[in-house]
Amino acid sequence: MKISLFIPCFIDACYPQVGISMAQVLERLGHQVEYPEDFTCCGQPAFNSGYWDEARAVAEKVLAMYRSAEIIVGVSGSCGAMMTTFYKELFHGTPLEAEANAHAAKCWEFSDFLVTKLGVTDVGAKFPAKVTFHDGCHGLRELGLKKQPRALLAKVKGLELIEMGAAESCCGFGGTFAVKFPMISTAMGEVKCDSALKTNADYIVSCDASCLMHIQGLADRQKKPLRTMHLAEVLAKQ
Amino acid sequence: MSTVAQTFKETARRLTRDLRHRELIQNALGKYYVGRDEKKARFQNWQEARQAAAEIKWDAVNHLDKYLEEFVSKLEARGTKVFWASTGQQACDYIVEVAKKRNVRSIVKSKAMTGEEIHLAQALEKSGVEVVETDLGEYIVQLREEPPYHIVFPAMHLTRHEISDLFTKKLGTAPTDNPEELTMIARRTLRKKYCAADMGISGANFAVAETGMISLTTNEGNGRLSTSLPKVHVAVIGIEKVLPTLDDLALFLPMLATAGAAQAVSCYNTFIGGPRQDGESDGPEEFHVVLLDNGRTRLLADAEQRDTLHCIRCGACLNVCPIYKNIGGHTYGTTYMGPIGSVLTPHLRGLKEWKHLSFASSLCGACTEACPVKIDLHHHLLQNRRNAIRCASPWWEKLIFKGFVTLMNHPAFYRLGVKLGWFGQKFHWLVKGTRLDPMYAWTQSREAPPLALHTFKDYWRRKKS
Repeated sequence: MKISLFIPCFIDACYPQVGISMAQVLERLGHQVEYPEDFTCCGQPAFNSGYWDEARAVAEKVLAMYRSAEIIVGVSGSCGAMMTTFYKELFHGTPLEAEANAHAAKCWEFSDFLVTKLGVTDVGAKFPAKVTFHDGCHGLRELGLKKQPRALLAKVKGLELIEMGAAESCCGFGGTFAVKFPMISTAMGEVKCDSALKTNADYIVSCDASCLMHIQGLADRQKKPLRTMHLAEVLAKQ
Repeated sequence: MSTVAQTFKETARRLTRDLRHRELIQNALGKYYVGRDEKKARFQNWQEARQAAAEIKWDAVNHLDKYLEEFVSKLEARGTKVFWASTGQQACDYIVEVAKKRNVRSIVKSKAMTGEEIHLAQALEKSGVEVVETDLGEYIVQLREEPPYHIVFPAMHLTRHEISDLFTKKLGTAPTDNPEELTMIARRTLRKKYCAADMGISGANFAVAETGMISLTTNEGNGRLSTSLPKVHVAVIGIEKVLPTLDDLALFLPMLATAGAAQAVSCYNTFIGGPRQDGESDGPEEFHVVLLDNGRTRLLADAEQRDTLHCIRCGACLNVCPIYKNIGGHTYGTTYMGPIGSVLTPHLRGLKEWKHLSFASSLCGACTEACPVKIDLHHHLLQNRRNAIRCASPWWEKLIFKGFVTLMNHPAFYRLGVKLGWFGQKFHWLVKGTRLDPMYAWTQSREAPPLALHTFKDYWRRKKS
């Protein structure tokens, strides 16, 4: 299968290893991977801030960039939801509505693609560690990611998954919310960290690097012994 | 920034740091989650029940004209006086007038969010009438002279010690930490009030068009006493409360109890279809129904957010909202708090002043998932944000997003920006966490993510070559 990668801006700039891991896993499974190098951002920061015209200006370029793609696989639940659920809303009633719908139909989040589309749960990964899983809100509630990442983790050799009480609670990131209302965002992050710490897991794993960025940033500041790792990185370990 | 937005931020800052408050709310809701899931499991299929409820409400809300007329004609046929109030002021004026006409001196009030919405108790007290809340939680917050903390659990922010202290101070009773004794203190005080009251005020959980009845749900029986003992009963009802048929309650009563209070069904469900009829031995001599618009028809005209009128005020969205759980109910400064309040308040009180509530959300969607009538709450917050920006946006923010488009639509600029950022972050420590830090809003409580020397784009280029 020829797969076009969708690497969100902050993964490109801050967490390249997450994107590299996804590419490696897909290639290991025998797929041909390509990447539109001019891709920058899906437009979500503008969309979530109410600047829909600006978001549309960025999203139009994205639609054009992936026009010829057969299948698009992205490594973020949140940006994935933007490209599927919210592009449809953003282009509703515009000349690009049909294209946005067609684009959405081609988009997959990484774990969903492996489990639902390819029917693969064992990617040959090995990672001897205790982990707990954080359900990123957009992945969980916009894309329905719940069983998929867990099915993949269950097949990682040596890995033990310990569920935390507040797995489905928001970590408090929420994009610009984190800087517009830092006090609420931080309190939500503290609740998340406390819940994760109770599991005594070595790592918090998630499908969303943006949540992990928030959790790690808070844990580091408060000197909490928490380490985060994206699901793609776990699956790339051998 | 509006004054209410400023107050919101200041109160939120204080309460999010209050670990005792956080624990109190978490503990209170912890028990709710367990009970709610247990009761949800008693439905054959909770998701299908939600869908059915949403469809019934859709029908009711999209045919309000028909169902309201049916409801009113049935009510009037049995001697109920119906008043259509466009605004809260009109509703208050009407009720104050009724009280004057009937020489009312004291009123017992069953819990009604519409009453809170139009500040009914204050209007009546101003006209010289005593108003006593009879729901235990409402009675407690009334004694504290503060608004309810939650749509369903008005005093959830208080411990039994605080309630005991309050009763000692206001009612002169002996201190006790026993919840049953505290309830008995309130009951003894309230019984006297019921017997002396000239008027009872209630809301309605549902208004049944088919039979012309209001349906009233309580767990303390205070609704029945408030509406049947006094000689006049006034019910203040939002126009969206209408349901087409009596059968619909077979779904809505257990659903309200489950989502709202983690119960299979509430203790007291009362149907009221009119004042005392000839030959009947009890019930009020007069029954007034005040149908309240107060901004609801504006929402009805908004096809995108019309489903907000499906709301049955169960409070389930508050109970799962991580924002509500961290800032509490009073911080919102609104009648309706939590996610439903953040969606609804800009429609009822104006977007300009209340838009901050739609931005004060991580858009996690827990509210939408919990809503028994499937209101698309967190997407409505997004739409409110869009509408707010269309009305007015700060020049500096507009500039930022214009810059964002330029940066993202020119990959060369983007690459350069990332490289400059990588270089710039080497000097970040000089200002990190201070007011000079351009990332202060983040770094005041969190470490900033480091930009990578080699980006994914660099990796891809190397891989290709």
